[in-house]
Amino acid sequence: MDFIENIRLAVTGLLSNKMRALLTMLGIIIGIAAVITIVTLGDAITSTVSSTMEEMGGKNITVLLEEKNPEVVLPGMSQTLGVSMGFDIMGNMAESDLISDEMIGQLWDRYGDEIQALSMIEQVGNGKAQDGRAYSNLSVSGVNEDYEKSESLTLLEGRFINDRDIDRAVNVAVISDKTAEAIFGQADKALAQEIKVHMDTEIQTYTVVGIYEYEELVMPMTTQVAEEDVRTAFYIPLSTARKQTGAPDGCKSFTLMAKQNIQPSELADKVENFFDVYYRDNVNYRCSAASMDTIIEQMDDIMGTVSVAIAVIAGISLLVGGIGVMNIMLVSITERTREIGTRKALGATNGNIRIQFVVEAVIICLIGGIIGIILGILCGVFGSSVLGYPAFPGIGIILIAVTFSMLIGVFFGYYPANKAARMDPIEALRYE
Amino acid sequence: MSEEKQVIIQMKGIRKSFYIGQPHELEILHGIGLSVRKGEFVSIVGASGSGKSTLMNIIGALDRPTSGEYILDGVDISKAGDGELSGIRNRKIGFVFQTFNLIPRTSALKNVELPMLYSGTSKSLRTARAKELLEIVEMGERMSHQPSELSGGQKQRVAIARAMANDPAIILADEPTGALDSETGRLVMDLFHKLHREQGKTIVLITHNQELALETERILTLRDGNFISDEKGGQV
Ligand SMILES: Nc1ncnc2c1ncn2[C@@H]1O[C@H](COP(=O)(O)OP(=O)(O)OP(=O)(O)O)[C@@H](O)[C@H]1O
Ligand SMILES: [Mg+2]
Repeated sequence: MDFIENIRLAVTGLLSNKMRALLTMLGIIIGIAAVITIVTLGDAITSTVSSTMEEMGGKNITVLLEEKNPEVVLPGMSQTLGVSMGFDIMGNMAESDLISDEMIGQLWDRYGDEIQALSMIEQVGNGKAQDGRAYSNLSVSGVNEDYEKSESLTLLEGRFINDRDIDRAVNVAVISDKTAEAIFGQADKALAQEIKVHMDTEIQTYTVVGIYEYEELVMPMTTQVAEEDVRTAFYIPLSTARKQTGAPDGCKSFTLMAKQNIQPSELADKVENFFDVYYRDNVNYRCSAASMDTIIEQMDDIMGTVSVAIAVIAGISLLVGGIGVMNIMLVSITERTREIGTRKALGATNGNIRIQFVVEAVIICLIGGIIGIILGILCGVFGSSVLGYPAFPGIGIILIAVTFSMLIGVFFGYYPANKAARMDPIEALRYE
Repeated sequence: MSEEKQVIIQMKGIRKSFYIGQPHELEILHGIGLSVRKGEFVSIVGASGSGKSTLMNIIGALDRPTSGEYILDGVDISKAGDGELSGIRNRKIGFVFQTFNLIPRTSALKNVELPMLYSGTSKSLRTARAKELLEIVEMGERMSHQPSELSGGQKQRVAIARAMANDPAIILADEPTGALDSETGRLVMDLFHKLHREQGKTIVLITHNQELALETERILTLRDGNFISDEKGGQV
């Protein structure tokens, strides 16, 4: 018996009872739509986060002190991520616990040929540059010379903080073009000028030695502030910063940039082993080194866990949908008992009847699946644009959804179809 | 009726019983013997519950006898498997039911095509054949109508066309006029006569209508699961 004939039959059957067909498909529609939507949103978030991380420095290794017995560990995410994103979650620590300049010097001696740059930062705090009514919000940080390289800053005018500035702990600063424009009207006029910065308790005056190009970080879901209120980084020499804050020499963390031909994760392992020697006997702290690619891996791990959870939920809703299809097929078969008897009297084999109802179940699921896919695409595209990174589901997931809905049809249609196939023709014909 | 004509239905000692609850076994047919030749028009009459439909189901290979021997057009039905029985029903038997049993929401044309679909006839051939048959039963104008758009008599004519689809050896009709008024019943009966006369079909007809039975060549009377008479009918 023709396959096309079976499909035609199934479609006419469905069209004759549209409402019932739609209700039957609902489980499948919701299940498939949910999968497509969530996969689309997940893809959008993962790729945006990964590319943001990449932008923040794919070759960078964050080295930082970690508590040996942390009280709270975020699942799947180390403190590395928190620190690298600018949150200091370490408590107070003794000066002897810090990474000293000698350690860093020895690190250079050992692995200097694999390290492109070693940058350090000491947060001073938020401040405000002010000149009459003109102002600019700042985040003041003490940095070393290599900071420019590891953060890939683009210098527009002048120079960056250098070792001589640090040795002499002078009040010089590298400011953003935004700050320069706000205070001096024009970026190139700022060079060699004095700039007053209001901190919480004091006012410091710096000489501008360089201007860098401010780049907005594409961070998802950050609250938007007015253009002129944007807080930009204000770089001063590391030693100057320590002098101001009274921080001891030595640091809690620094950033390494691996050379072009060096695998960051391998260098990170070496650095961690290097510091293990110093911190073996320290009861409270150890030193960890993690490269951005490890962080991205961790991110992928989290996404993987989320995907499994989604798969389980989708699986359950598709199971419920499949049972719905099976139920309606059983009802339909009972209603059409006489028809089945007639077909058998006219010479239909058990196989003919079975295939007819399996095809019908597959068609129901396929139509449900297609409606679900369309709905899922709409929700996914809409949802991802609302979140700020428009995405479209891949062709792969759509094909999987189509195949999967057909498999549901075969799986849940088989039992009712087989029941129909095995009906006794006489009893079926007598059925009232 | 010529004695040389080939025997198409050959039954010997056919018994049929049904299980109705554990200890009871209800025997409906008690050893039926029947022989029908090719081209005969036979009617079976008898009181309600005498076992006519039960016998018809066995003749039509829808059911197997509990015991006995049945050879249909050279094939031993009592030994055939399910698949084989489907094939026999498809190619050798044409059923006409009291309640028409057309497939709902399916046009007259598609209904007539159905047996040919199961026999694997090509699309073009089955459409051509179905149209030809609908012309014969004078339903050519209503080919695209669905059963719900047809009168009882029209439905039965479509059903007869469908029974003829695979050019079967026998047409089995279980009270084909039972649900029709006498006038439309008359038209249906005329159609059987036409098929018998013009196409030489073997027809077995079950009826409660004595007058219609008298029109057939041979009248078999069933009472309590046995034939009590086998008489020559009136003129055709
Ligand atoms: N599946 C079955 N199980 C039990 N008893 C059955 C079954 N099928 C038929 N019978 C019984 O067999 C007997 C004969 O039934 P059948 O349908 O052959 O009668 P009939 O001669 O066709 O009657 P009618 O003229 O009313 O159609 C009836 O008593 C019926 O109850
Ligand atoms: Mg009967």
